[in-house]
Amino acid sequence: MTGRRALLVGAAALPLPVLVRRPARAAPPPARIAAEVAAVFGARPVRDGRVVVDLPVIAESGNAVPMTILVDSPMTPADFCRVVHVFNERNPQPHVARFLFGPRMPRAEVSTRIRLAAAQTIYAVAEMSDGALWAGQADVTLGFAACMDNG
Amino acid sequence: MAEPARWTVRVSVPPVARRGETIEVRALVRHDMETGFRHDHLGAIVPRDIITFFSCRHAGEEVFRVELGPSIAANPFFSFPARAMETGEFVFSWTDGDGRAREARAPIKVT
Repeated sequence: MTGRRALLVGAAALPLPVLVRRPARAAPPPARIAAEVAAVFGARPVRDGRVVVDLPVIAESGNAVPMTILVDSPMTPADFCRVVHVFNERNPQPHVARFLFGPRMPRAEVSTRIRLAAAQTIYAVAEMSDGALWAGQADVTLGFAACMDNG
Repeated sequence: MAEPARWTVRVSVPPVARRGETIEVRALVRHDMETGFRHDHLGAIVPRDIITFFSCRHAGEEVFRVELGPSIAANPFFSFPARAMETGEFVFSWTDGDGRAREARAPIKVT
């Protein structure tokens, strides 16, 4: 590789300036979530991106917080997203749900409502048809928590 | 064979769609989703009682499936896109951790 070509490749690898809005911070997940992801997927690498976790920034109550998961996938027979696992940081049990998307789905998307025992990070990992793992996350703050007694 | 349950369910698909059209499917089941982490007024754990499985099928194929944990809110609700394939129905099923099950159907006319 010539010096100039190496420079070009290096430039391409640089992160884009802030023109692209990130759906969530691309930080490593909290330790408890990382352990649960490893329990489900083993030591396979998980890359940030292609998964949007849409939660309110502040939820009034933790009893039923609307959540939408959207995976960037063409959902064709050759290239699709088969499964998404959702993890939480601070509920009593770290695994929220496993979603399976069949070939009849035009988009890999689902909306539901979740419980939150505390303000925390929600983390979603999507497994693509080529076996690659992609992840997205969102932080949510609470007025009142759920899952606790009288909650 | 699963034992039938009497949970109230509400499902929604458009009554008419064009073949291949993307439609929005919604399904709700009335259920407390008791987490198993709460105590009653005597201090005893309230046993876990949750829906653990939801599935939606159309035209002989599974469209969407969920395996639920206790962090899914009471009265589990799912909304998701699907392709209308043929005149017939969408078949929804829910199962709880004790094997009780409920099924619901929504007709669709595909033109």
